[in-house]
Amino acid sequence: MIDQPLISQSQVFTFDLPQRKINWLERTIGPEFYRIYRGVITNPLSITGTVLILFWLVVAGLAPVLAPPLNTVNPYMIPRDGFGTTPKVPGTPWKIRPPAMPAILQPLMPKGWVHIMGTASGQWDIFYGVVWGARTAIKVGLIIEGLCLIIGILIGSLAGFYGGWLDEILMRITEVFMAFPFILAALTMSAVLTPSIGRGIWAPTIALVTFGWMGYARLIRGDILALRERDFVMAARVVGAKDSRILFRHIIPNAIYPTLVLASMDIGTVVISFAALSFLGIGTEVGYADWGQLLSFARNWIPNLFTYWYIVVFPGLALILFVLGWNLVGDALRDIMDPRMRGRGSE
Amino acid sequence: MTQYIIRRLLILPVTLFGVTVLIFAMLSFLSPEERSALYVRDIPHNQAAMDGIIKRYGLRDPIYVQYWYWLVGRPDPVSGEINGGITRGDFGYSRYAGQPVIDLIKRRFPATIELTLWAVFPIIGIGIWLGIVAAVNHNKLIDQVARIFSIIGYSFPTFVFGLILLMVFYAKLNWFPASRISDWADAIISADNFKHYTSLYTIDSLLNGRFDVFLDALRHLILPIVTLSYVSWAVFLRVTRSSMLETLRQDYITTARAKGVKESDIINKHARPNALIPVATIGGLQVASLLGGVVFTETIFNFPGIGSAAAAAASQLDVVTVMGFTLMTGLILILANLVVDVMYAFLDPRVRLQ
Repeated sequence: MIDQPLISQSQVFTFDLPQRKINWLERTIGPEFYRIYRGVITNPLSITGTVLILFWLVVAGLAPVLAPPLNTVNPYMIPRDGFGTTPKVPGTPWKIRPPAMPAILQPLMPKGWVHIMGTASGQWDIFYGVVWGARTAIKVGLIIEGLCLIIGILIGSLAGFYGGWLDEILMRITEVFMAFPFILAALTMSAVLTPSIGRGIWAPTIALVTFGWMGYARLIRGDILALRERDFVMAARVVGAKDSRILFRHIIPNAIYPTLVLASMDIGTVVISFAALSFLGIGTEVGYADWGQLLSFARNWIPNLFTYWYIVVFPGLALILFVLGWNLVGDALRDIMDPRMRGRGSE
Repeated sequence: MTQYIIRRLLILPVTLFGVTVLIFAMLSFLSPEERSALYVRDIPHNQAAMDGIIKRYGLRDPIYVQYWYWLVGRPDPVSGEINGGITRGDFGYSRYAGQPVIDLIKRRFPATIELTLWAVFPIIGIGIWLGIVAAVNHNKLIDQVARIFSIIGYSFPTFVFGLILLMVFYAKLNWFPASRISDWADAIISADNFKHYTSLYTIDSLLNGRFDVFLDALRHLILPIVTLSYVSWAVFLRVTRSSMLETLRQDYITTARAKGVKESDIINKHARPNALIPVATIGGLQVASLLGGVVFTETIFNFPGIGSAAAAAASQLDVVTVMGFTLMTGLILILANLVVDVMYAFLDPRVRLQ
């Protein structure tokens, strides 16, 4: 009795795990990206965010159609209808040199081109500024985030990979850059650069990059510190791979992922900072299609702001909806990326 | 823990050195003519006088020499009098305001202190309280509302929010005016018999027994306080909420429940102290965001603090002035982070008992 095995060979239960269906999309983009894609499209908040981002991409893409430029050499300059200081209400007909009417707006304005969102002081057309401002926002968002990523990844991976004194020095430098309130430091840098490179998008862009890369450097450094002890790195070393090859071909591709997600989430914040500098009068030149620049017109009308509500509401709404889109998607991405939150729904 | 604090204190001089190097590196982008504001008040109008000043203060010397003089001050070759030197508290001259930068900072600082001090209470109170309420009522209506509020709070730029508040509560309803104080109250404050104990209008007016002035100062403060602090409410709400959720899942909470501890005791005595540890770490970051936020808040509300001065100086490209403010806030921030880190060591038993 006792010698007999408790379960005979024939009694062993076998399970046939049901094969999970893998559709073409998952096969093409891989399980990690597919999980992110599923997470984003099943959450109502991130769907809203995606729709908002797509909306602004379409507006930016169709800017020459929605608001045909008068100045084709520099389409980012907002056309103005005279030089009067008092803002005009939405719907005022365009008097001096109205731009050509795009076909899709024809039914909206049977009597000819009007200022759809009114004009700011100086008779800058707000509609034009909001539409082309979407282009500016996407452009500076991508440029700034791209440059911050390059610098951050370079510094963070050197520090994490080599460690020792190089790590110590690079991390102390990173801390020094983080020692200032971000917007004040960017304001200073922008003011320093403006006399030499002139007004425009470049002074604030460089300023925001100078004080914007540190988060990525720290994040990727941490991930690389963990990765460089792994067996596949040792294996690469054993076969005699050079440092640069190990770093760029083996480690960075494995570590870059959370950093990329963080950077994409930060586009909204960066666009706010850029608009903020313009709002304070240290960014783009007056009349450049940029939401912060448009909002700065409101500073002259604070006691009458309720009468001239359209100077604040339209560009302000544009900025908020743009940033909200990125933040909603970013929020969902963070939940999806966080391993502790997997399978727990949104928290 | 002593080791941790000592290590933290040893890094301090290194960071301070780095901060001054970074600031001076930015200054070195300027031409020697613009840099002369570090030592002289007025821009000389002819080239010969300018050359004299550049020579006198060594503004074309090698950069490390200039850095050293900027740090400790430069003795005048003729009179031997020492000029400049940030360690002596001389940040140069503010050409936009027509006075030494340090005087401008001293004059503008009380308003900013008053604004930020008042802003801290609602941040800690509302942010943390809402975060705990949301976590305790996880996934219920109040939690969803708090969550949405927090996302919108993140997406609302300070300056747009401030403009909208002004549009509704000042331009339309005229409940809360802009600037720091009404003219009639300003006259009382400037009078000889009004004693300035702290230069904070709300406190001084109470100490002088002028309740009407206090109310007026408070009325001017409400919109700026809300504008300055709502982003931080959102941040504190979010961090407190997720940390509290994490804590409520711990085994020791289950143990306490199993023992039959009251739910209110579990939340207030067992969970909350531990859940607040990560909240303390973002305290330092929030000081930074407040000091950045005053730039917009004060500019929009015409509030005469260091933020609006920095913005005005920057828009007139008066770099030496902005640089003084940046250096100043940088130093405040470094100290604040030091305090937060040391506090963290006391709060977190894992660090305390090391």
